[in-house]
Amino acid sequence: MLKVRIIPTLLWKNLGLVKGIGFDSWRRVGTIMPAVKVYNTRQVDELIVVDISATSEDRLPDFEEVREFSAECFVPLTVGGGIRNIEDIKQLLRAGADKVSINTAAFELPGLISDAAERFGSQCVVASIDARKNSNGSYRCFSRCGTLDTGREPSEWALEMERRGAGEILITSVDRDGSMKGYDIELIQLITSRVRIPVIASGGAGNYEHLFEAIDMGKAAAVAAASIFHFTEQTPLEARNYLAARGIPVRDAKMVVPLS
Amino acid sequence: MSKTLIVDYGMGNLGSVKRAFEECGTDVFISDNPDDCEMADHIVLPGVGAFADGMAALTTAGWVDALHVATQQDNIPLLGICLGMQLLADKGFEGGETVGLGLIPGEVRRLVAVTSETRIPHVGWNEVNHGGKHPLFTGIPTGVDFYFVHSYHFVTANDDDTLAVTPYCGSFVSAVARNTVYGTQFHPEKSSRAGFQLIRNFMAL
Repeated sequence: MLKVRIIPTLLWKNLGLVKGIGFDSWRRVGTIMPAVKVYNTRQVDELIVVDISATSEDRLPDFEEVREFSAECFVPLTVGGGIRNIEDIKQLLRAGADKVSINTAAFELPGLISDAAERFGSQCVVASIDARKNSNGSYRCFSRCGTLDTGREPSEWALEMERRGAGEILITSVDRDGSMKGYDIELIQLITSRVRIPVIASGGAGNYEHLFEAIDMGKAAAVAAASIFHFTEQTPLEARNYLAARGIPVRDAKMVVPLS
Repeated sequence: MSKTLIVDYGMGNLGSVKRAFEECGTDVFISDNPDDCEMADHIVLPGVGAFADGMAALTTAGWVDALHVATQQDNIPLLGICLGMQLLADKGFEGGETVGLGLIPGEVRRLVAVTSETRIPHVGWNEVNHGGKHPLFTGIPTGVDFYFVHSYHFVTANDDDTLAVTPYCGSFVSAVARNTVYGTQFHPEKSSRAGFQLIRNFMAL
């Protein structure tokens, strides 16, 4: 059967690898290339790399950088950050990305998602949604790296993205991001119960049990995580084994094909 | 000198495929010129996107005849990956009904969810179950996971052409083989060690 995916996320700001808390207080944790190489060697299920400052700096995605690190990456790679139009997507795919993740542009350029899906296929298009919880308990989508209230509600927006042709939804809780206190299960359920395309959960993973919760209770098809792998001794491989022990179908960690 | 041609018809993750084949020690070149089939001793047809667009691009660039001659007359091994495998069919139903390359009898249809929990596209790692005898899977036990990302699947007209099946939406054909024409719905260039093993096996054919 289809396995659940564990996807390390690398956030990239001004050519450095960073991690924040609640989309703020960014700490630099290294550079992109070594991280990509390590994850590639460890044969992670997939990798997500997002340039978080591209949109706010009104800058193009760095295609050359993408070309460089994707040359070292033999696992499925999703690249996001600063995508504004079809040409950007085409260039990223040519540079080596397998999928592109689009957030801000989906709100600001109606038609981009459907154009991209039609041109490159839905399977290349991941609609990324960042959500904050209001004081009254409802959620709102934020664009521009968590700074701009779009006025849209996440499950409605997710449905809209699906309708327009997105192949997957990446749902991130801005509030939980970097906290390592667990995913926002309610938010994940809100999305998974609404759309029929795969949903990748993001924001808040601090231990392996959190990953389990996002899958078992949240019904996420994949779990994306950053802090847990940057700041603790926990690894994607151990996460896989933990989930397997909890009865979640995961990729065979032992990989019986001999390395030749 | 053995040279592997990767078909560039404007659709596909050429870079990934090329690097993976290179990583496996293959001398590869990318070409958008069908005449180059004559120089190749292996051909790879990658593909990401829709069936109708794929066939339009192949037809416009003149690949249809070249691929037929290469595989049916010259017996050059050809590997279709993802959309590339689907294009081998007689016809596809994505983006309207379109005639395919017709190299392996069958049709390409949309995956249909059988439970309320099933999500489409089929994205991620899933088991590839094969009979254990075909050289394309030498050294790869049946049931190993490979990486998939697709919404359509190949329905073979003849069971003999089905090389492997994968459990999703019931079960679908995940690899095909007929004479020297092969296809994988999954992406061997993205499937880690198992994928590289398959690439090496293809090169040995």
